[in-house]
Amino acid sequence: MRRTISALVVNALLLLLAVLSLAPLLWMLSVSFMQPGEAGHFPPPLWPSQGGLQNYRELFLRAGMGRFLFNSFLISTCVMLISLLLNTLAGYAFAKLRFKGRDRTFRTLLAALVIPAQVAMMPLFLMLKQLGLVNTYMGAIVPGMAAIFGIFLVRQYARTIPDELLEAARIDGASEWRIFFQIVLPALKPILVTLAIFSFLGAWNDFMWPLIVLSDQSLQTLPVALASLSREHVMDYELMMAGSVVTVLPVLLLFLLLQRYYIQGLLVGSVKG
Amino acid sequence: MKAATAGWVFAAPALLVIVLFFGLPVLAALALSLTDFDIYALADLDNLRFVGLDNYVGLLQNPLFWKSLGNTLYFVAVGVPLSIAMSLGAAVLLHSRLARFKPFFRTAFFAPVVTTVVAVAVIWRYLFHTRYGLVNWGLSWVGIDPVDWLGDPNWAMPTIILFAVWKNFGYNMIIFLAGLQSIPEDLYEAARIDGAGRWKQFRHITLPMLGPVLLLVAILTMAGYFQLFAEPYVMTQGGPLESTKSVLYLMYEEGFKWWNLGNASAVAFLLFLLMAATTSGLLWLARRRGIE
Repeated sequence: MRRTISALVVNALLLLLAVLSLAPLLWMLSVSFMQPGEAGHFPPPLWPSQGGLQNYRELFLRAGMGRFLFNSFLISTCVMLISLLLNTLAGYAFAKLRFKGRDRTFRTLLAALVIPAQVAMMPLFLMLKQLGLVNTYMGAIVPGMAAIFGIFLVRQYARTIPDELLEAARIDGASEWRIFFQIVLPALKPILVTLAIFSFLGAWNDFMWPLIVLSDQSLQTLPVALASLSREHVMDYELMMAGSVVTVLPVLLLFLLLQRYYIQGLLVGSVKG
Repeated sequence: MKAATAGWVFAAPALLVIVLFFGLPVLAALALSLTDFDIYALADLDNLRFVGLDNYVGLLQNPLFWKSLGNTLYFVAVGVPLSIAMSLGAAVLLHSRLARFKPFFRTAFFAPVVTTVVAVAVIWRYLFHTRYGLVNWGLSWVGIDPVDWLGDPNWAMPTIILFAVWKNFGYNMIIFLAGLQSIPEDLYEAARIDGAGRWKQFRHITLPMLGPVLLLVAILTMAGYFQLFAEPYVMTQGGPLESTKSVLYLMYEEGFKWWNLGNASAVAFLLFLLMAATTSGLLWLARRRGIE
């Protein structure tokens, strides 16, 4: 009997937490289908009286949402692909290839993790301005092309590749590039998926740097555009909620599809590190 | 190509990017913070002067700096413990043998973590709207008068803290969950035989066994919370009465609104120093209590 009550309490609390976690997201979805002005009533309506896509139509046809969506996809995909390649190469080198100064370099990298990225932003801006990269896609992509955390993640995972496997390939005369692409990359597959999700989500959700470096409206990413739209359209609940849906939905779907990899990587990066 | 050469060749591209776009800028920021780099220097470098520690001294005499520092510390001091407590609570519930539908709950709690701060901050701004917000409507059911959540200087920061806890607790929950799973079941068994209740088990087994994980989570969460920016930028624009202006918000405005890049760099370094000092303090405290 006591056990039943305990089970009831535990599950009721879990349910309450789940409602609190999901309610704002579900409310966003519901309001995004409401007629303009419908949400600004008391008591606040929970459900659209007659659902419609007019807010989305307005966003894409008049507010240029398609352009922002494209920018976000382009920048996030480039960051993901480039950083995936560079971090994997470096992480594998730090784990498996002996070279002079390797351990000292890696320790320095780890120590640099404590420096917040914002410290670098002012000089970085000036530097990119000199290079003519302010207000270009490249400017938004450049700082994300390699990440210490990503190198660390790959290194942790690559250490589990048996040395004998690599040695055998070397004895057979395989070049280091061939070993990397034909033996190492396949062995690293799970962590590559993890890394890809991390960097894509990171770039998609990033706000401060794109806000600084992309002042030209036609180049802005979704979060930056949404922030400025929300200042212009303070009273347009329904429109803003549709904008939030467009921004959040791609990453939420990506997470739902690949959550196993995401959570595994999160644990490799923190607990076991 | 020998393995030794290959090592450098493979590591070089990533190292080059990190040195060029992070390492050098950090050093340059230190130099920049000792100059009066402003909009005139931006137009013509001849206008640049070395001013020593003037930026730092000026900041320490600037009430707005102290205000934003106080706001950030408030956010960290209240937000981090609250966030960790919430994560730990959720993890313990989810770890319980009595819990049903675990994968669903885990995904539900984690969903806010992957969402875009700006987008969900926009949602919260409407949920906490004084007249039409769902929160005040809910409170009116239990007889509480409407609260001006984001318009009242006393309530704006607590609202942002609530938002941050909602957004972030799922992340640490996953880490705690892994920690809980690694605690041997016999410890609890032995405690039960000795007649220890649930709370005693939590206090004397779970918490000490989670010590190292708690320390790690505390350090990572704190580092994240010190970097408060997007939430006030979207929800309150730093107001009302500067009550939600964070140190990074100040840095952003100094640097990219007024183009005082020298001063902004000094703000960034002071924040970095503060973060380093707090982390060291936490490590020291942990070592004294015997947590490694």
